[in-house]
Amino acid sequence: MDGDGEELTAQETALYDRQIRVWGADAQRRLSKAHVLVYGMKGTIAEFCKNIVLAGVGSLTLIDDRIASEEAFSSNFLIPPDENVYGGKTLAQLCCDSLKDFNPMVRVSVQKGDLSSFDVEFFNNFDVVVVSSCSLPAKKLANEKCRKISKRVAFYTVDCRDSCGEIFVDLQDYKYSKKKLEETIECHLRYPSFEEALSVPWKELPRKTSKLYFAMRVIEKFEEAEGRSAGEVSVADLPGVLKLKKELCAVQSLNESHVPDTLLERLVTSTLEFPPVCAIIGGILGQEVIKAISGKGDPLKNFFFFDAFDGKGIIENISNSNA
Amino acid sequence: MASEAIKGAKVLMVGAGGIGCELLKTLALSGFRDIHIIDMDTIEVSNLNRQFLFRQSHVGQSKAKVARDAVLKFRPHINIKPYHANVKDPEFNVDFFKQFNVVLNGLDNLDARRHVNRLCLAADVPLVESGTTGFLGQVTVHVKGKTECYECQPKPAPKTYPVCTITSTPSKFVHCIVWAKDLLFAKLFGDKNQDNDLNVRSSDAASSSENVEDVFVRRNDEDIEQYGKKIFDHVFGYNIELALSNEETWKNRNRPKPIYSKDILSDELAQPNGNVDKKCAFDDEFSVSAMASLGMKNPQDIWSLKENSRIFLEALRLFFTHRGKDVGNLTFDKDDQLAVEFVTAAANIRAASFGIPPYSLFEAKGIAGNIVHAVATTNAVIAGLIVIETIKVLQNDIKSYRMTYCLEHPSRKMLLMPVEPFEPNKSCYVCSETPLSLEINTKRAKLKDFVEKIVKAKLGMNLPLIMNSSNLLYEAGDVEDDMVAIYSANLEKVLAELPSPVTGGTMLTVEDMQQEFVCNVNIKHREEFDEEKEPDSMVLSGWTQHVSAPENKDKPAANNGASTSGASVPAAESDEISIVSPTKKRKLTDVPNAPGNEARNHQDELQVIDDEDDLVMLEGNMEGFKKRKLS
Ligand SMILES: [Zn+2]
Repeated sequence: MDGDGEELTAQETALYDRQIRVWGADAQRRLSKAHVLVYGMKGTIAEFCKNIVLAGVGSLTLIDDRIASEEAFSSNFLIPPDENVYGGKTLAQLCCDSLKDFNPMVRVSVQKGDLSSFDVEFFNNFDVVVVSSCSLPAKKLANEKCRKISKRVAFYTVDCRDSCGEIFVDLQDYKYSKKKLEETIECHLRYPSFEEALSVPWKELPRKTSKLYFAMRVIEKFEEAEGRSAGEVSVADLPGVLKLKKELCAVQSLNESHVPDTLLERLVTSTLEFPPVCAIIGGILGQEVIKAISGKGDPLKNFFFFDAFDGKGIIENISNSNA
Repeated sequence: MASEAIKGAKVLMVGAGGIGCELLKTLALSGFRDIHIIDMDTIEVSNLNRQFLFRQSHVGQSKAKVARDAVLKFRPHINIKPYHANVKDPEFNVDFFKQFNVVLNGLDNLDARRHVNRLCLAADVPLVESGTTGFLGQVTVHVKGKTECYECQPKPAPKTYPVCTITSTPSKFVHCIVWAKDLLFAKLFGDKNQDNDLNVRSSDAASSSENVEDVFVRRNDEDIEQYGKKIFDHVFGYNIELALSNEETWKNRNRPKPIYSKDILSDELAQPNGNVDKKCAFDDEFSVSAMASLGMKNPQDIWSLKENSRIFLEALRLFFTHRGKDVGNLTFDKDDQLAVEFVTAAANIRAASFGIPPYSLFEAKGIAGNIVHAVATTNAVIAGLIVIETIKVLQNDIKSYRMTYCLEHPSRKMLLMPVEPFEPNKSCYVCSETPLSLEINTKRAKLKDFVEKIVKAKLGMNLPLIMNSSNLLYEAGDVEDDMVAIYSANLEKVLAELPSPVTGGTMLTVEDMQQEFVCNVNIKHREEFDEEKEPDSMVLSGWTQHVSAPENKDKPAANNGASTSGASVPAAESDEISIVSPTKKRKLTDVPNAPGNEARNHQDELQVIDDEDDLVMLEGNMEGFKKRKLS
């Protein structure tokens, strides 16, 4: 609660007028003190960054040392398409340059390095960590490091493939209060880590669990087994992916119809992000991060899926104690 | 192929605000190459938290033009044509609309939405409609003959308050705001010729109307301090005393307490005024502020009665000393700081009289300006959904069209909930040819009343033409000189005395040339109307725009729109929508006579699209159940 009493400046009140009307001045103050780290500057993360910079977080740190290429700006509006501008620069640097413009009250900066190389101490500088476009082991490792910190660091992974998107949320032990009619209710949510969530046996999950959950796991496993980086698959990999699906379903005693081949085919064929889905997933993720920082509203637990084919945006609770 | 359909498409966006900025970006990223965009607004500071294509340096410039330039920076080779104009301007006629493959609305008001709906119907161009408020949003698809049009379903009616609640018996803060804004502010600073109920009810007991008029007019030599206190004492003291004298009113209510300036500001009476003013120089007339002048900074503070009284008097003084030329023709504007200060203070003082808790300027401004809550994330999500529907429309993939709700709390695990669109409402007066019927006193109501209260206010026509069988009674817009005199004479005539008299049984044809929209109105003569319940003295039926508004959970009056009764809160300023709860049955309760309506009541349960293979869905017509598989 340190510094919560500070008042917003007149400039902040004027700029944030419409959103203060949604979440209140208190929440706005907390936002302005929050530090957010993102890894993997693709289209979905670009959308997310735009949303929280506009919302007025305290600082945003970007990590992505990859050098910009033509593919990079296909769904990322933060990267200017002029080779004279982007040539030789890293994705993080280019996005940082654009984001700084969006809201002069937010400090946007770049951190060099690979996600796995940062230690617990480094993650301790942040209140929110969002990782995207990285391998399964790297995601698990970052999540574990965040969990070793004494304060709570909200951890998210996010990925879009073709016209599908997935968000994972780990708020560890999350307590918040909400008003229901006249009374205030205290709520307490316990989140599993990414590793714990993924270890829940598939046959224990409800029959209606989103097919996208299983499909994403199959692709993730495939990339890990083949030593690929995230998104590095093509239609040529389909036979291998389908074979792995069979094996996984057998091991997990899950009927194969829960992981349709057509869905897997879509996910490996088109690895470019679909901009409308980036906007949707980046919007939902932005909203979740704002909820977690401000303590206002019910956060989702613990997966969110969107598929443009059916248009549904679904929350799945995938944890050992399905309570 | 989707990419071919996108590349070749010519799309019209209406609105470059919260949804519009997000939409233009997502369209450009998705491969759209020919986008036209209409918006009449210029950029304001309070837009910058979500309309991310705009910067501080753009404040005051055209939204459509700045949005275009910003998007061309990351997609330089596409065609974006901006129009800094009102979509209701005559240049945007049916032929203009016909050049587009699809129209996308990101609008902020009902009026413009209805106008675009009609043009899309007339031009036979599909419309993707959207709206957001706070965390809620929706996207709908309207294709002529295939799905319902934007006006097929009733929209929540603007909230109105009975005049006597506002003038005599307020019980909520919003009543005090309406009083301060629509009565007191309008009386002091607005058009003196406008009807105003300020003294009608509160002075029933005594006082001739001439006496009352005198109070509000400032005499040429009258000291501004004296004048301010006289107004204060009249409206917060004398008028309350008068109201109290009517014992009947207070039998079952708490009696209000009169407030006089001398009791509140006793210690300041001796002080000469103007001492504060010298310290405070204002850059221009819109930066004139009573808060600044009194050294008050935080708009979130709740002022004491004394602070409210000082703000009231100071704001009133500043209007006359710094904004003198505006006095007499001001209307309340939420972006006018001094006006917001005056209305906040006046509402709070009145609230104190009636034992209603006070509000901060920030909150009062939201209520008075009907400011819609808006966040960037919802707009981004909705823009993504619009583009997904747009691509389906371009591919003519009718079976896949969905209306999608963006929810704050999950329903059936869903935050984004797609629903099958409805078929056109067979009794819709806009997209079908069902006549309306109007009860009106044809011996008392003038043609002017019919044009203003029905044709414009309810039917949403812009440039109407009115015919009684083949006789032209009225036409708006460019008219030959000799007709102008005839039409203006007709406007002043009562219906029954028109050259071709309109009486019970007459069928009037009303047409809007720009919207290419015609409808027929059956006239029924009626003598008497209830002044409180039927303030227009007219009752239009077969018209589906009046369902009671759902209560806004947090701020009861924040999202309510205009009324016709004089005392009202105007329509919301931005991205306003009506969310029909997706978990409840949609009903057309107010159209009992409309043919085919009964069937809709039974059939139109919103059906969530579920991907379980064995799901049975209801089709939105009378054919009954159909089993359908969705992949
Ligand atoms: Zn219709």
